[in-house]
Amino acid sequence: MKVEQVSVFLENKQGSLEEVTRILKEANVNIRTLSLADTTDFGILRLIVNDVDTTSRVLRDKGFRVSRTTVVAVEVPDRPGGLHSILEALARDNITVEYLYAYVEKSGENAVIIFRFDDSAAATEVLRKNSFSVLSGDKLYSF
Amino acid sequence: MIYNEEFETLPREALEALQLKRLQQVAQRVYHTVGFYRRSFDEAGVKPEDLKTLGDLKRFPFTTKQDLRDGYPFGLFAVPMSNVVRLHASSGTTGRSTVVGYTHRDIETWSELMARCFVAAGLTKNDIIHNAYGYGLFTGGLGAHYGAEKLGASVIPMSGGNTKRQIMILQDFGPTAICCTPSYALNLAEQGQAMGVDMRSLKLRVGIFGAEPWSDKMRDEIENTMDIMALNIYGLSEIMGPGVSMECTEGREGMHVFEDHFLVETINPDTGEVLPPGEKGELVFTTLTKEAFPLVRYRTRDISHMITAPCRCGRTHHRMDRVTGRSDDMLIIRGVNVFPSQIEAVLVGIQGLEPHYQLIVDRVGTLDTLEVQVEVSDALFSNADEVRVLQKIERRINKDLKDFLGITAKIKLVEPKSLQRFEGKASRVIDKRQI
Repeated sequence: MKVEQVSVFLENKQGSLEEVTRILKEANVNIRTLSLADTTDFGILRLIVNDVDTTSRVLRDKGFRVSRTTVVAVEVPDRPGGLHSILEALARDNITVEYLYAYVEKSGENAVIIFRFDDSAAATEVLRKNSFSVLSGDKLYSF
Repeated sequence: MIYNEEFETLPREALEALQLKRLQQVAQRVYHTVGFYRRSFDEAGVKPEDLKTLGDLKRFPFTTKQDLRDGYPFGLFAVPMSNVVRLHASSGTTGRSTVVGYTHRDIETWSELMARCFVAAGLTKNDIIHNAYGYGLFTGGLGAHYGAEKLGASVIPMSGGNTKRQIMILQDFGPTAICCTPSYALNLAEQGQAMGVDMRSLKLRVGIFGAEPWSDKMRDEIENTMDIMALNIYGLSEIMGPGVSMECTEGREGMHVFEDHFLVETINPDTGEVLPPGEKGELVFTTLTKEAFPLVRYRTRDISHMITAPCRCGRTHHRMDRVTGRSDDMLIIRGVNVFPSQIEAVLVGIQGLEPHYQLIVDRVGTLDTLEVQVEVSDALFSNADEVRVLQKIERRINKDLKDFLGITAKIKLVEPKSLQRFEGKASRVIDKRQI
């Protein structure tokens, strides 16, 4: 059920993102989706990939700081109010979101929202209770 | 002009006789009152009685900064605390700081030597002295303050910071002299000009600058932008504070060391061998009159050379040239002395950090900047992939450096591979300043 995300610490300097994508290309890793949080000095690149173990290993080997964190992926119809319906349910149960990012599935019918919560288990329970489609890691990685 | 005509112009022979008498006394005193000196003299197989001539001093052991740290806080004091009237200290965490004490008479001596400095700079009781050295544990502020009062001048106890207010006071109170670090003088001039103040038209005519290395190029710049005479002063808290040596307006080539109170030797920093007068090396000081915190053969790590030629001002005290470097890795950042090891101690004191770091020192405009590049450790990053957690660590490092060492640094978290891994002696400092 668990979805794992790979986070990479990056300095804000020319070429650091390119180095990551090159390493992943050479390791034949496919990026499903990503987000980049940045400050003036550094950034954190967060990746959902088809192979979490290989991704962490090859990046670590090249001297990057890597961490694996648990996130929750929710599928909603891609139409107005889709994301809002999720956030409304979470707010009702006082679940706070650390960060989120999203992408639209190939079919174009659904969007997948990747959430990072303080307490993933509690959040998943609330989402289930409200009949949202919480995706498993396996499903997400192999879309 | 000379403040203490008698002692500052003693013929060399009489001066050296006085030095020997005082040296013999201080050696006796430290041997019998300071455990550290008893041990170190015994280990070196020397007794105070062995000092028959000034040259005999070279057989005596050195005192190092590490010895002072090992004695933290009061281990090297030669008098009971009831006789100590003042304490000063360098920055640093426990065991990395050095603490110095003064008796009433020590404060009197220090005040007189600072008064000598002011007079050497051409000041009298009619001058108003703007003292922008930091007041507090740092010796600069209070040292200059007491000297100014001793002279009878009017002192403005400005301390550091509040640059706009300083410029207002420079305009409104009309001080004729200023004491601060040379880089702060340039900063004042720059900010004053930015505020539309004509710094050349102020009443200032003399600046007494020290606590950090500077050059003749900086002297020219300060003199041109402020229309003052800029003079160099030297001191270190271990020996006394500011006022160990001072340039005179007549010579402006080297600073007269007040040799009736301090004995200077120049050594080869690698071998410890005493060098002939005039050769470049590390300066070693022995305090001849200090009561609370006397030091024998203290290694300053400052590289300079002595000028023995007579000075046209009439003082017989030899001069030391500008300090041109250090024989250790101490950095002076905006007048604050800091060792890389002290920064390391602060970093490892923060949970989740590893001692992988690099220091980049630069000068932007007139002010020194320090960037501390710290590696993001696995422990830190694997627990948190959130920006705010990393920023919190940055703020914590920044605050601890400020609290423990009194330095303001820009903290930059870096990828592990950005920092070189050192084998053997690590060179953790990149100093880009062109002074």
